[in-house]
Amino acid sequence: MAMHKISVTINGAVREAEVESRLLLVHLIREVFRMTGTHVGCDTSHCGACTVVLDGNPVKSCTVLAVQADGSKITTVEGLEQGGKLHPVQEGFTEKHGLQCGFCTPGMLMTTSALLERNKNPSEQQIREAISGNLCRCTGYVNIVKAVQYAAEKMR
Amino acid sequence: MIPAAFDYHRADTLDEALKLLKKHGDDAKVLSGGMSLLPMLKLRLASFAHLVDINRVPGLDYIKEEKGTLRIGAMTRQAALERSDVIKSKYPILADAVPLIADPLVRNRGTIGGNVANGDPGNDQPAIMIALGATFIVRGAKERSVAANQFYKGLYDTALARSEILTEIRIPVPPLKSGGAYTKLKRKTGDFAVAAAAVQLTLGKYGAVERAGIALTNAGLTPIEAVDAAKYLVGKMPDEKTIAEAAKMAAAKSAPSADRRGSVEYKKEMARVLTARALHKAVQRAGGS
Ligand SMILES: Cc1cc2nc3c(=O)[nH]c(=O)nc-3n(C[C@H](O)[C@H](O)[C@H](O)COP(=O)(O)OP(=O)(O)OC[C@H]3O[C@@H](n4cnc5c(N)ncnc54)[C@H](O)[C@@H]3O)c2cc1C
Ligand code: FES
Ligand code: FES
Repeated sequence: MAMHKISVTINGAVREAEVESRLLLVHLIREVFRMTGTHVGCDTSHCGACTVVLDGNPVKSCTVLAVQADGSKITTVEGLEQGGKLHPVQEGFTEKHGLQCGFCTPGMLMTTSALLERNKNPSEQQIREAISGNLCRCTGYVNIVKAVQYAAEKMR
Repeated sequence: MIPAAFDYHRADTLDEALKLLKKHGDDAKVLSGGMSLLPMLKLRLASFAHLVDINRVPGLDYIKEEKGTLRIGAMTRQAALERSDVIKSKYPILADAVPLIADPLVRNRGTIGGNVANGDPGNDQPAIMIALGATFIVRGAKERSVAANQFYKGLYDTALARSEILTEIRIPVPPLKSGGAYTKLKRKTGDFAVAAAAVQLTLGKYGAVERAGIALTNAGLTPIEAVDAAKYLVGKMPDEKTIAEAAKMAAAKSAPSADRRGSVEYKKEMARVLTARALHKAVQRAGGS
């Protein structure tokens, strides 16, 4: 069984690991690095709970191999807060009640923070499209959209 | 879910990837976006002893028009197609389809090469490639090209040998007075098509159809090329009546199976309706009436 030495920059810190070929990125993050903010929901590439930002793009970390992330920059929900200050999307989700049970929230935060990097002023339609790969069973999305709009305004 | 064990190989050049495929023969599989392959491995619907990752092979990620041909590199991600101005302005059939494929997160990884090479009849881009008259460039020991409408042999069975890599898709730049459309019925974001129709038309001087490409997604074990319907339209004015007739002929060629997405009758009827809609849209976009 082939093992691979990999190095990733996760939330700004360089981390090394020796991984089996089949180890999934989400398991590297949760079980090797012990950062459990990233959730596993469906485990079948449908729900987006496991979303992390990989080299600038939000992706489903349950459907990427850890070894494929070698040399990449990863941001997880733990990396959003900077110097004790919440990221505007995190603030938006608290202010606008963008969560209930919170299971989908880490994925939602990663997708929407990446959206706002690319588009400072997304329309409601664009926000809804951006989060269409992130399922929320609780909120009905209304307050999630409001939370992202709040963050967009704050970041402008 | 954890895939059965395999050995991962990262190819840094196309030659290295080809060498690895040759060395491991039937035990090896190409990994591009991974959005079909990894879920299959996780569900243990398939397993391969060796995965050859071509994500870092340089020079497989581009969208360019050259000498009457649109060339798209196999590793071009769906997200890049979605943002491409050339696609948005000149290939509405693709611009229609890409946002309907999976979801934005999957489109950040999934590639056009993987979509057409996968061989799943639920994939949206094969029918589009057939309608556009595209050709796939395939590298093995030698380079060869295969017309999209000759590529699909059966369920997950294509003209690709295990030792080959699809490197490029070539699409003839549509002449003036051309238009295309893709219409897809699905239950929700991230679902494969209940039925979907790809249409690409070119109209002649007086508005009659000069060339027509029509193909259906998820209407059988492979994408279905509606050859009769296309032939029927050529030379005719694309009006309400001829479009209705062509759509009927296309639906007659479909051979869907019943599943959670609907019965055979329903899917055939949807294929007819969607083909008619795509034809109308394509005619309008071609500047016809
Ligand atoms: C939730 C979800 C919803 C989806 N919905 C849709 C949908 O609505 N419509 C749709 O069309 N697809 C859908 N897909 C599939 C998605 O579009 C895949 O990205 C695509 O089918 C495969 O492309 P890939 O780059 O991910 O390829 P991979 O998964 O890496 O590979 C797929 C297959 O093609 C082979 N292959 C890949 N690239 C090459 C190459 N260059 N040369 C030779 N062989 C190659 C691989 O060996 C493998 O057998 C969905 C996927 C998910 C997870
Ligand atoms: S856990 Fe990855 S998409 Fe649901
Ligand atoms: S808050 Fe419960 S799933 Fe979204």
